Amino acid sequence: MIDISNLSKRFGAFAALDDVSLRITPGKLVALLGPSGSGKTTLLRILAGLDHADGGAVQLNGLDAGTLKTRDRRVGFVFQHYALFRHMSVADNVAFGLKVKKGPDKPNKAQIAETVGQLLDLVQLTGLAGRYPQQLSGGQRQRVALARALAVEPRLLLLDEPFGALDAQVRKDLRRWLRRLHDDMGLTSVFVTHDQEEALELADEVVVMNKGRVEQVGSPADIYDNPATPFVFQFLGNANRLDAVVRGGRALVGPWTADAPDIADGPAVAFVRPHDLDVVPGGDHAIIRHQVVLGPTVRLDLVLDDDITAEAIIDRESHARLNLRTGDRIGLQARRIAVFAAP
Amino acid sequence: MSNHPAIRDPAWVRVALIAAALAFLGLFLVLPLAAVLAEALRKGLDSYARALAAPDTLAAIRLTLLVAAIAVPVNVVFGLSASWAIAKFDFRGKALLVSFIDLPFSVSPVISGLIYVLLFGAQGVLGPWLAEHDVKIVFAIPGIVLATIFVTFPFVARELIPLMEEQGRDEEEAALTLGAGGLRTLWSVTLPNVKWGLLYGVLLCNARAMGEFGAVSVVSGHIRGLTNTMPLHVEILYNEYDFVGAFAVASLLALLALVTLGAKSALEWVHRDQLAATRRH
Repeated sequence: MIDISNLSKRFGAFAALDDVSLRITPGKLVALLGPSGSGKTTLLRILAGLDHADGGAVQLNGLDAGTLKTRDRRVGFVFQHYALFRHMSVADNVAFGLKVKKGPDKPNKAQIAETVGQLLDLVQLTGLAGRYPQQLSGGQRQRVALARALAVEPRLLLLDEPFGALDAQVRKDLRRWLRRLHDDMGLTSVFVTHDQEEALELADEVVVMNKGRVEQVGSPADIYDNPATPFVFQFLGNANRLDAVVRGGRALVGPWTADAPDIADGPAVAFVRPHDLDVVPGGDHAIIRHQVVLGPTVRLDLVLDDDITAEAIIDRESHARLNLRTGDRIGLQARRIAVFAAP
Repeated sequence: MSNHPAIRDPAWVRVALIAAALAFLGLFLVLPLAAVLAEALRKGLDSYARALAAPDTLAAIRLTLLVAAIAVPVNVVFGLSASWAIAKFDFRGKALLVSFIDLPFSVSPVISGLIYVLLFGAQGVLGPWLAEHDVKIVFAIPGIVLATIFVTFPFVARELIPLMEEQGRDEEEAALTLGAGGLRTLWSVTLPNVKWGLLYGVLLCNARAMGEFGAVSVVSGHIRGLTNTMPLHVEILYNEYDFVGAFAVASLLALLALVTLGAKSALEWVHRDQLAATRRH
């Protein structure tokens, strides 16, 4: 169990973390999701003991992390650019954490060789033990970094933008592989990402961060379906932002109305995802300014009343059936509208 | 690539450039070196050997080796700690420290020698106290060592700072999370990563330590057989019209420069792949 309470950290005038509290359940794969500068990497580094908080506390399994040195935390850290020891072979990189052990835990050479062999099998790099980091591809380096971190049998695995430097296909494969590894080994893992798709696909729990604060914590589905703040809504995918007016628990959003039970009367903001907009025959809500075919879908760039621009994404079949042309006036229906109090 | 006509210079340009470079080298490097050797051997190998075997000359060689043997390790330790601190940590006054490291490069060596005289000399700030405790610094070996250390201290640090800055602190942090302590990290991660830069720094530092004239000249007192280093001894012999002796000692110093250069080139050649991979030197 990792208990983070009221953590704060400043770099000069910049608040990297601002009163962050969070609880991480053992066995979970947790994503820290946010734009750059949101404090997610700082939080990860504080968990690893590479940075120190100005205020607040971190408890690792009931122990105050402030009293634990980095080396005593049993935390595996995978760096964004892997940070492999460039002058060591793959096997020596993986063995490093075992070689520096002291006292009764210190394994002998045969044990080290055996563990390294097992770890290289695990990360599917069996034949590459003698290679040097610069002779490996990005995905291979990533897996060496992971094997190296796992060698010390960490209680907690931390990954900083683990797939950031990889190309799309490798990234996809590694994601699935990491998910399996996490489940098979029964690890508790926290990874940092700015890619919402990655967070939603990989994590059991997503922590959305912005400007040093936690915006929302929840399962991927929960976060996507019930975003707590406008920031979360916009960060988790494309969104059309529209002005709204709330009156008695109902919001008027352009041509539509939506439930807004807990919002005070007055101006508000509403968000609609492009794929939650359907084109309906015979209405007059918008003009199609531009259409782009994106594989199986078509994106419509629209202008609503009062020159408000919006996007809708519909599938190719509907597009063909409706016979839409640029310049057409169309009717729109919004399947889901999220309304928030005006900021 | 280089055979592509569009980016190939005309033949006469290439020939002219190479010839100019060679002529320059010949005039300013090879010719003086040859002159040194020629003068040293003018009266035959016997007088050359006798000149080198003179007791004062041997004393000068011993002193030079001793000074280098102290100054170089001291500067390796200083250079490593300074560059480690500058490249791996953020602290107030970092820019100031970097400028201070460059100071010996920008100050005339004679001035640095004079500063030691002003500090430690009989009329200096600490002079009376030193005299009272019977400690001799100026006009003695400690002064020569101090002046040499001062003049040579940028070499190792200057070589290492850019290298360490470029490498960042990721690998050290990785070692830390894997359970390594500070010394272990220094020994197993930091040092192996900078070993070539460190070696160049040591070679350059050593060459300068053995060849330093100005600063050492001011603090040495030129006591033959006691406080004369090789460069100072060359001057004394030359002023006494002992040309064979002067050039014989000079030839040893020149040899040192050649060995240093040779060692550097050999290292670069042996490790050319690794150097090409890291794009340095």
